Amino acid sequence: MSIWEYANPRKFMSLSGAVLPWLSAAAAICVVVGLIWGFFFTPDDYRQGSTVKIIYIHVPAAILGTGTWFMMVIASLVWLIRRHHVSALAAKAAAPIGLVFTLIGLITGAIWGQPMWGSWWEWDPRLTSFLILFLFYLAYIGLWEAVENPDAAADLTSVLCLVGGVFAVISRYAILFWNQGLHQGASLSLDAEENVADVFAYPLWTCIIGFCLVFAALLLFRTRTEIRARRLKALIQRERMA
Amino acid sequence: MPDLGRYAVEVLSAYGATILLLILLVLGSIWRARRVLRDLREAEARKEARS
Repeated sequence: MSIWEYANPRKFMSLSGAVLPWLSAAAAICVVVGLIWGFFFTPDDYRQGSTVKIIYIHVPAAILGTGTWFMMVIASLVWLIRRHHVSALAAKAAAPIGLVFTLIGLITGAIWGQPMWGSWWEWDPRLTSFLILFLFYLAYIGLWEAVENPDAAADLTSVLCLVGGVFAVISRYAILFWNQGLHQGASLSLDAEENVADVFAYPLWTCIIGFCLVFAALLLFRTRTEIRARRLKALIQRERMA
Repeated sequence: MPDLGRYAVEVLSAYGATILLLILLVLGSIWRARRVLRDLREAEARKEARS
């Protein structure tokens, strides 16, 4: 038994079909519970007032924005090294999900930043690298659409993904690289002195887990679609050649 | 509904934008999946008919 067996599209479709309903239900329950808990049953912060409630969407979305790109880097490496089609299609399927999470991070960050910093946007290292990551998502999706040959598209997008990985790392750790900018450090870390209070942390963890489950469910669902779309494209090409 | 004070517009618009984008992502994924599945079934039916 090897993990590479699931790179077989048939096995992947069979397993993902069985897992998907349970994963989707768990994701929906976790996100709804986390957001209701955070929005309705947590107090205001003594400095930030009710804007602290934005943390329950901004932080999970930002984590998934960079996390999705890291997943795409791994899937792209698997494609480049082992040539498993499912991994290339999984990276392709993940990109729009990561794009939306990154956009949510940017929008909620701007809405949160305006009352707290007095500005919708600052050219802060973390914000700037996150914006560049958003542009990389657009370029990655555009490149998949622009190249007709699926294997060539997978090769080119994989290389782009590796290059964009640099900005994903910078976006995640910019706050450590440069001791400047408005953006605060990690809201949750192993260093207890930096963590948010438990009353905010518990619903926040619930939302983070919920968003991760939403990502996993959407990834499986969209990868199944990409596998079918690839088969459809192959059938149409055979029809044209016949 | 909790009292959001003077930041009600900011908090509600952040939640509204997030929920809207997530719904669009889910609906877009479902719409594409259905379209691809329908086209694939038609292509496979044509292939069966030819063979």
